[in-house]
Amino acid sequence: MPKSLNTILDSIHENRENLHSIREILLANAMMVGEIPAPTGHEADRITFLSNRFTEDGLQNISIDEAGNGMAMLPGKKGTKNILVCAHVDTVFSSSVDHAMSVTANKIQGPGIGDNSLGLAAIVTLPEILKRLDVSFDDNLILLGCTRSLGHGDLGGIRFFLENNKLPIRAGVSIEGIQLGRLSYIGIGMLRGEISVSMPSAYDWAKFGATGAVAILTKVVQRIMEIPIPMQPPTQVIFGSINGGTSFGTRPTNANLRFEIRSEKEGMITELKEKIIDIVEETANTSEAEIEFSSVAERQTGGLDYGHPMVKAMRQILKTLEVKPRIEPSVGELSQLIEHNIPSVTLGLTRGENKNEFNESIDIPPIFGGLAQLIALLQSIDGGLCDEQ
Amino acid sequence: MSSKIDKWLETNTFHHGEFWDILELVKEKEKKGLKISLCIPTLNEEKTIGKEIVIFKSELMERYPLIDEFAVIDSGSEDKTLEVAASFGADTYLASDILPEVGDKRGKGENLWKAIYQLKGDIIIYVDADIKNIHPRFVTGIVAPLIKKDSIKYCKAFYDRPMAYSSGIRSSGGGRVTEILIRPLFSLFFPELTSLIQPLSGEFAVRREVLEKIPFPIGYGVETAHILDVYREWGLEAFAQCDLDQRIHRNQSTNALGKMSFGILQTFINRLKSYGMVDKLPELATLYRQFQAEGNRYEQLTREIVEYERPPMVTIPAYRNKYGIKD
Repeated sequence: MPKSLNTILDSIHENRENLHSIREILLANAMMVGEIPAPTGHEADRITFLSNRFTEDGLQNISIDEAGNGMAMLPGKKGTKNILVCAHVDTVFSSSVDHAMSVTANKIQGPGIGDNSLGLAAIVTLPEILKRLDVSFDDNLILLGCTRSLGHGDLGGIRFFLENNKLPIRAGVSIEGIQLGRLSYIGIGMLRGEISVSMPSAYDWAKFGATGAVAILTKVVQRIMEIPIPMQPPTQVIFGSINGGTSFGTRPTNANLRFEIRSEKEGMITELKEKIIDIVEETANTSEAEIEFSSVAERQTGGLDYGHPMVKAMRQILKTLEVKPRIEPSVGELSQLIEHNIPSVTLGLTRGENKNEFNESIDIPPIFGGLAQLIALLQSIDGGLCDEQ
Repeated sequence: MSSKIDKWLETNTFHHGEFWDILELVKEKEKKGLKISLCIPTLNEEKTIGKEIVIFKSELMERYPLIDEFAVIDSGSEDKTLEVAASFGADTYLASDILPEVGDKRGKGENLWKAIYQLKGDIIIYVDADIKNIHPRFVTGIVAPLIKKDSIKYCKAFYDRPMAYSSGIRSSGGGRVTEILIRPLFSLFFPELTSLIQPLSGEFAVRREVLEKIPFPIGYGVETAHILDVYREWGLEAFAQCDLDQRIHRNQSTNALGKMSFGILQTFINRLKSYGMVDKLPELATLYRQFQAEGNRYEQLTREIVEYERPPMVTIPAYRNKYGIKD
């Protein structure tokens, strides 16, 4: 007999309290996984840690696929349907960064602890959590650590998994360590691009007005900034990094811009991409410089409606926990799940600060509410309460 | 002599990787009916103590019940060491509260000594609290040889120091005090003990039957005294050592190492005297002198360093009473 949403909501507070018993195991997993460097494309050591944990917990179908993703199945009582629970494994930090974590009574600090060591810890601790809460599902849970998610990785891990997975997936939950209250159910349209300017070796530096790669790239940036951007639906152009030149007085021969465009408006990404390509070509034709545009990653807008049963269930779960939902679109794993028509959400587990900085930190006390939220959502999916009628 | 050392290195030197299967260790421990206690001596370690407790409790108590109890024994921290430790469920004690009738001495050795009274295990593991890259291997590596081999009574950790090496052979060295002071002294007086790669490492596991019978200097000399006394009573075969790969911790200044060496030398020379290996030594001074310069002016810095020793725990009446040891 499937549970009603109210019954599930009634157990949230008790689950949150009982989850304190798992604290040390969860935090140890978060810190141990977090101390293994995993820059995008070099996640193998972290995946080994995940696989070892899956093995120790007696899960089934433990495997590492060709994209390096680590996965395992926690079989359900009936096992006719599958729920995917995933978290990205990679971080923005290079292997040479000191990954040591430190913990005080209420906080853990260390690079990548919120993005996404805690998310991964939740995945590897989930079997033990369910055991302690005496919660079981009819559906199988597929636990997946996704590689190559960030930056140039362009969601390579989840993309490979979804293109090659043979199991029908009923719903997906993508877990991020921070922020608690996050509720993403729309994959935002996104273009991640790179513009490189280089001066030809035969360039005549002696002629009047000769500039350099940085000046030309600046012109391109200025032209991009002149493109009218709609306020609604929200659209953003983020100039993420700009590099070029070596010193004060040396004319730069190379410059490079990395940017990201995000838009909730359908078709906006394609429109903006075409305009940027026009700007690049026009500037190249008028400046003698060689300018190249390359698209590093692209996603199209899509997702669930605000009134979708899964979104509704999540809103009620958060309300029960007295956590204000932070509705934000995602450019992460969720967008791929949505592209494959798998109803999915992304949620966060706790509050945190300084994301992607060396002093990134998470708060320990809210984690238990974050986990109770995850359990309630899985129960809702398993009970058919998140299916569209 | 060299062949004995070679043989010992072969049979009694381990790498933590040999003991990756914690479940197997737990089974063997239970089969032998052993109880294992872990002691973390602390003094102002709020930055690192939390992680040690979380990881040891999760991996070695909850996931695999290798450790039966563990306690933080503190020398009077002024930071939040005890608060952080207690918040993750560690048993915390002030050294001064244990065996109050014998008084309170300040020093790491005091904490280690009082742990013998407070903790009930047949094996006690000591792990320093300042390890930044803490991992379950810091415990499994040093306790496993004692679980597996009954003849081993005292197992020390050692660490692979170099970050990179170009050939297959690399020098395995201890810290500065080991290489400049301890190894030359051992080479002169106790050559077999040179086979201990890092005799001063703060991580070691010992059987109670040994711990209760040896005296404890409360200061810098505790590790050196242990090694000398255990060697004298039980021989090299009682020792083992385990490579725990890297240990990241704060480095001490040369001045601090000077004070440490002064304390260790006191302990060492006192041992030579009591073993009857030297005579006609003058009474040892306890004032350590260092100098600091300001322009052309040199100033003397003196510090009294006295290596007070606690007697073997088995001689303490409260201990005999607690553990039912008859006269």
